[in-house]
Amino acid sequence: MKALDIRKHGSLIGLLILTIIITSMNPNFLSTTNLLNVLLQVSVNALISFGMLFVILTGGIDLSVGAILALSSAITADLIVQGYPPFVAMGAGLLCGAIFGVVNGLVITKGKIQPFIATLATMTIFRGLTLVYTNGNPISGLSPEETVFSFVGKGDILSIPVPVIIFLIVFTILMFVLGKTTFGRYTYAIGGNEDATKLAGINVDRVKIMIYTLSGLLAALAGIILTSRLDSAQSTAGVGYELDAIAAVVLGGTSLAGGRGRITGTLIGILILGVINNGLNMLDVSSFYQNVVKGSVILLAILLDRKDK
Amino acid sequence: MKIEMKSISKSFYGVQVLKKVDFTLENAEIHALMGENGAGKSTLLKILTGVYKRDEGTILVDGVEKVYNHPIEAEKDGIVFIHQELNILPNLTVLENLFLGKEIKNSLGVINKKKMEEKAKTALKTLNVNFPLDMLAGELSVGKQQMIEIAKALLVDAKLIIMDEPTAALTEQETSLLFNVIRDLQAKGVSFIYISHRMEEIFEVCDVISILRDGVHVMNKKISETDFDEVVRSMVGREIGDRFPKLTNTPEENSRLEVENLTKKGLFENVSFYVKKGEILGVSGLMGAGRTELAHAIFGSLKYDSGTTKINGEKVKIKSPIDAKNHGIAFITEDRKSEGLILDFSIEDNILLADANHLSKFGVLKQSNIEKRVNELIKKINIKTNTSKQPVKSLSGGNQQKVVFAKWLQTKPDILILDEPTRGVDVGAKKEIYNIIIDLASQGVSVILISSDLPEVISLSNRVMVMHEGKIGGILQKEDATQENIMKIATGGN
Repeated sequence: MKALDIRKHGSLIGLLILTIIITSMNPNFLSTTNLLNVLLQVSVNALISFGMLFVILTGGIDLSVGAILALSSAITADLIVQGYPPFVAMGAGLLCGAIFGVVNGLVITKGKIQPFIATLATMTIFRGLTLVYTNGNPISGLSPEETVFSFVGKGDILSIPVPVIIFLIVFTILMFVLGKTTFGRYTYAIGGNEDATKLAGINVDRVKIMIYTLSGLLAALAGIILTSRLDSAQSTAGVGYELDAIAAVVLGGTSLAGGRGRITGTLIGILILGVINNGLNMLDVSSFYQNVVKGSVILLAILLDRKDK
Repeated sequence: MKIEMKSISKSFYGVQVLKKVDFTLENAEIHALMGENGAGKSTLLKILTGVYKRDEGTILVDGVEKVYNHPIEAEKDGIVFIHQELNILPNLTVLENLFLGKEIKNSLGVINKKKMEEKAKTALKTLNVNFPLDMLAGELSVGKQQMIEIAKALLVDAKLIIMDEPTAALTEQETSLLFNVIRDLQAKGVSFIYISHRMEEIFEVCDVISILRDGVHVMNKKISETDFDEVVRSMVGREIGDRFPKLTNTPEENSRLEVENLTKKGLFENVSFYVKKGEILGVSGLMGAGRTELAHAIFGSLKYDSGTTKINGEKVKIKSPIDAKNHGIAFITEDRKSEGLILDFSIEDNILLADANHLSKFGVLKQSNIEKRVNELIKKINIKTNTSKQPVKSLSGGNQQKVVFAKWLQTKPDILILDEPTRGVDVGAKKEIYNIIIDLASQGVSVILISSDLPEVISLSNRVMVMHEGKIGGILQKEDATQENIMKIATGGN
């Protein structure tokens, strides 16, 4: 228990230190507008990371989330352009994301293929299908006027951006699921000892399929928000997002071996990455350097994490 | 080497596991360290070798105060710990294992194989053993692998060798060879701390015996000045009476589980038997007779080729542990660490694992009900802890096994399959587990008890089924179930 607490606070302390450093160099960082902006910027990665957390807790990995994001975005955007009502288009996008997740889950559980390999393959397939579907062209002109679709990405309620509200709602629901439900318990159990979980008479395959489905669904939701914000769906959308999500989960103290980690940690991990991006922009650091800094912070965090143990 | 540990204390999770323990080991002494699981033996030795930090106390090594922060530091002083799970890499050769991390190199960093071979040969010669240095270590028997561990200790000039259950996997011959080696090294001035649950060995090879009970050093005597009964009494702290409780269950007429012609090629063949309501059916046999595999087949965790299973007279299809659980079958597996427990989980979470449904609504856990139920179970089967939130990895073997029992009791099973339920469990906890088993049978649960411990299987079973090479060699009624009869069938001498 102690080690866990230290870890939880470790990433929180890191986040505070980063905030203090950036604020001391540019006090505007702490303005409400900018903080809301940080939350808005991380919302897409946050949704993907929450799904990735569940996957990693079982000891798995989902490399296909970026590709699922792109493919379900393209489907949603295409349906909107064809004139379907926004709700139908978004519903279809979410459904597709969930189906892609089911495919991942089935390949991993019934096909008995390592999650890394399985989702590496489906990532390639989904990305390829996106190119086939869009012919490589962006789909734009999605919301010439205000609709529910544009509201999802660009709207706000009481001046809080809608994507932020969505990801905070999802966060709250998933925190409840992980902590208070049998499904959450089984998620940790599978990562802790899959054989023992199976022998306890738990349908491990079903739990895993549900988790990859959740991951696909959240990737699609993230895709819809991204598409709405950008007003266009790109076949290259979400490239590398799976790595950002993994980084956030790991920064949040979750073990890649599974079984251990918290969603509050993942949220902090997401915020650390978001604060770095936003802060470096405010400090006018070239985007080339930003990646160097981001990578270094991830390494540093993991090193400190190990020292705590 | 002389060791003096003075007033050593240590707590984990608020539980004091060592209370001002004094422990003295003389030069060239073979010192038995005994105690129940959780008495503090391994904690004491981990403190000596620098794995754990002590809360208080001092350690003198040959009269000089020492603090080791890492086992490597202790090893530099000649203190070597040979663990029960041997530290042998099966894919490396004997020679590579012997010098792992301590390879002899020339100034260019190239390994000097010749010199290593010379030293290795001397070490093996000291032990009076001989096997090819270029053989893969994984191809050697456990007894020989143990010799590699001892040779490794000699190569670092060990002056104190700590052995944890060294004979657990050895044959009788290998054991006596090991004892010869221990005595030879003693004559050369090496001291030993010897941990074992096997009483006979302690009296055969050790000079002095120390007993820990609940973290207190309760006995320290020359082996010649004590006896079997006193040792058991000191370990348990009370008279435990007979080793086995009396069977008080009365099997009913109807059979609960019937297995017919169950076959899995290469593992077991045409196995047919039944268990009545409230009956304990013992299953005996040699290693590899197919007992564990049969249990897994009944439980749905091993696919079989043909055969049928009936419960209460009705044919059932059990294809997975999920089906088995739904049909009221519980299975306590042989290896609790890899198959029975989630070590990172708390006691509570482990208990909940097999049946969370009765303690949740629409998948949401009902925390207050859970705590009440878990605490009931902890009390009922006497798991020693002060909080249900304690991680099971910090519990002793006996207590861990009780958590596995609690997990399955929560499912309220009709049929309970037990595979070696008391392996690695100390005397006191064993008796508690026996009482739980008999209690369950008295309440009408049908128990299948697989055990290699003959006295255990004989005393606890209403009937004993003996397996031999995947087939049922015979089923003995209680009055016929003697050690001789069982062994005769188990070895095929029908």
